[in-house]
Amino acid sequence: MTNAVETNDRMATAAPGDELANARGEASGTARTTSSGATTSSCRSADHLDLLESHAVFVMREVAAESERPVLLFSGGKDSAVLLHLAAKAFRPGGFPFPVMHIDTGHNFSEVLEFRDRRIAELGERLLVAKVQDSIDRGRVLDPGPGASRNRLQTATLLDAIAEHSFDACIGGARRDEDKARAKERVLSFRNAFGQWDPKRQRPELWQLYQGRVQAGEQVRAFPLSDWTELDIWQYVLREELELPSIYFSHRREVVARDGMLLAVSEWVQPGEGEEVTEETVRFRTVGDATCTGAVRSKASTVAQVIAEVAASRISERGATRADDRFSETAMEDRKRQGYF
Amino acid sequence: MPAPERTQTPCGAVEHATAAPMDLLRFASVGSVDDGKSTLIGRLLFDTRQLFEDQIEAVAAASERRGVGDVDLAFVTDGLRAEREQGITIDVAYRYAATPRRKFIIADCPGHVQYTRNMATGASTADLALLVVDATVGLREQTRRHACIAALLGVDQFVVCANKMDLVDWDEGTFGKVASEISSLTRRLGVSSTTVIPTSALFGDYVVEPSDAAPWYQGPTVLGALESAPAGRWAAVHGRHRGAASRLPVQWVLRQPGGGRSYAGMVNGGTLRRGDRIVVLPEGRESTVALIETYDGPLPEAPVGMSVSVHLADDLDVSRGDLISSADDPPRVVDELEATVCWFGERELRAGERLQIKHTTRVTPVIVEDVRARLDVNALRLDPVEELRDNDIGVVRLKTATPLAVDLYHQDRITGSFVLVEEATHATVAAGMVGEPELVDGEKHGRS
Repeated sequence: MTNAVETNDRMATAAPGDELANARGEASGTARTTSSGATTSSCRSADHLDLLESHAVFVMREVAAESERPVLLFSGGKDSAVLLHLAAKAFRPGGFPFPVMHIDTGHNFSEVLEFRDRRIAELGERLLVAKVQDSIDRGRVLDPGPGASRNRLQTATLLDAIAEHSFDACIGGARRDEDKARAKERVLSFRNAFGQWDPKRQRPELWQLYQGRVQAGEQVRAFPLSDWTELDIWQYVLREELELPSIYFSHRREVVARDGMLLAVSEWVQPGEGEEVTEETVRFRTVGDATCTGAVRSKASTVAQVIAEVAASRISERGATRADDRFSETAMEDRKRQGYF
Repeated sequence: MPAPERTQTPCGAVEHATAAPMDLLRFASVGSVDDGKSTLIGRLLFDTRQLFEDQIEAVAAASERRGVGDVDLAFVTDGLRAEREQGITIDVAYRYAATPRRKFIIADCPGHVQYTRNMATGASTADLALLVVDATVGLREQTRRHACIAALLGVDQFVVCANKMDLVDWDEGTFGKVASEISSLTRRLGVSSTTVIPTSALFGDYVVEPSDAAPWYQGPTVLGALESAPAGRWAAVHGRHRGAASRLPVQWVLRQPGGGRSYAGMVNGGTLRRGDRIVVLPEGRESTVALIETYDGPLPEAPVGMSVSVHLADDLDVSRGDLISSADDPPRVVDELEATVCWFGERELRAGERLQIKHTTRVTPVIVEDVRARLDVNALRLDPVEELRDNDIGVVRLKTATPLAVDLYHQDRITGSFVLVEEATHATVAAGMVGEPELVDGEKHGRS
């Protein structure tokens, strides 16, 4: 902003992405100089992150405008934290044109619930909580037992909540780099009246013409972060100085090794026969049902350290931390066909 | 060499994370079924060390289970159960890669004619087409169809793999024939840059690493060509110069505390500046840009691709579906238009058909006044027809219920594009581009 002439000159020769980056740098120069470490990093990858951000904001505005009753799904993880921030970018100074909904498995990390409630309060938005426990109590799904994962049960709870509130569009933080089935999904993913995804009959989705029209009972799932990678998320967290639940950063924790993963010892995860509880320095790379979300050994205690760790990782995010994806070759596809996020 | 080793050194992303600014190239793999697109993408990802260990293990396990050799690299992107059963790609897989040179968003598209709509989906946002041709066969009709669709969508850089060269003993004559056929096709389609590379996706020659298999070939590898191609071509529009007229389709009206409104949307066409004289279309009322606002504060100007909100100096009635345009060089406001469409409907498209059109942020009913011509993808000629069938490319004339502010597609990808939607099912049945196909040395008109 200090030198408009120079900006013009640069824009005359830069590619569109660079243009965008330059303009953003200009706009936010004052705001961002407060974060000494972040400033250089944000400049480096600014073009790519700016394009991703602008596209995600575009998608949210389209979905909000084209659907009757949208909802934003929030899990308390890093992707949904980014999603909340992008919703603020899309709709401030107004309120969000949708409520925020958490599908609560009941197997939560307390740090995540605390983060959820604080963030929603700061934003002044409306939070709905749909509990898997209620689905169990109503007999909709069978309780798999105190120590078993409730991740798959979330589908029933989600579909019931969608029906109860007549939601026709669910905005979620899923990314295509997470899984080979997600890699195939549209930004606006059409679901039938049973919430099912049919990967053989997806709608054509050309340019940025997101077409979210559905008939009564049908829905779309909208994924504004489709083209973001795990690394992009972290670089964006750094650049925007976003807060995340503390379990994303290195801490000491009692764990048991199970199925090749380190599970946090909790009310629901107790050492079985022959299992040993050890205290390790760990962090969580994803946040989900506490009974199936593994911790990784890590000394990364700042966002910059996490970025370095993620960049050097040789194991994918879900491969390292999610037991539920190890059931079969197409675990995610099968869950999505049943109505999963 | 036939099967990739399963252990890899850590990917080079560490350096990438701290390297100089990177640009982003979006490319789509296109071409006929079974010519090796997915294997090539798998090879590209494997040899550039983009795959995680658990992903490689999963691909190896799936390959073993299905008895398709040691490691079938096509399984890297063919992740659906049905795809692995049939050994084909059904829908686009998006993969993300980074080399020290740049970031890539890769759309691995299906080649099967039945899934042409999915290929068009993948190619519609691409800066570059990676066209894969089976050198032992040459150009098939589906190869030509994909090249046509990609070129019509405005993809004007092609990197072409004459693939399976190992099966013809790296015969220079075979390569030369494919290269000349392809070059003649892309030239007629108006593609500005075509690089043809002899490859074996199966063995990896000339994909990431050079090889001594074809001593007569001196050109780049596939990765080399992808790294040196200009990025951001998708957003850069043809026929417009920088500083060109700006367009902002209104997505959402933001009400400001204390009164007033701002209009949210993504800038395209050219940079939007504070103080610009604008016109709100289709109504045509003029005003001035009083303020360009973002969450992070106001901006003196907003470049193409940026999501912003705009305050106008005058209190006009502006709502979603309207288009804010520079008052100089605005789009045409029409309620009848000639367009090239890729038809994806299960029924035939005929004159009299009633559909919905989604153009920028406006949705309005439309009647197909006339189906004028169909593109013969082999002869690259427009033939007069009465109807379009599934996966046909044709020229139609549409009448819209409310006026639209349009540019020709080859001048502006956003204001020049639309989709057609079936009223009863809400299915997307066509991709449309304002204007006729531009063919070099070809007949332009079907019916006179």
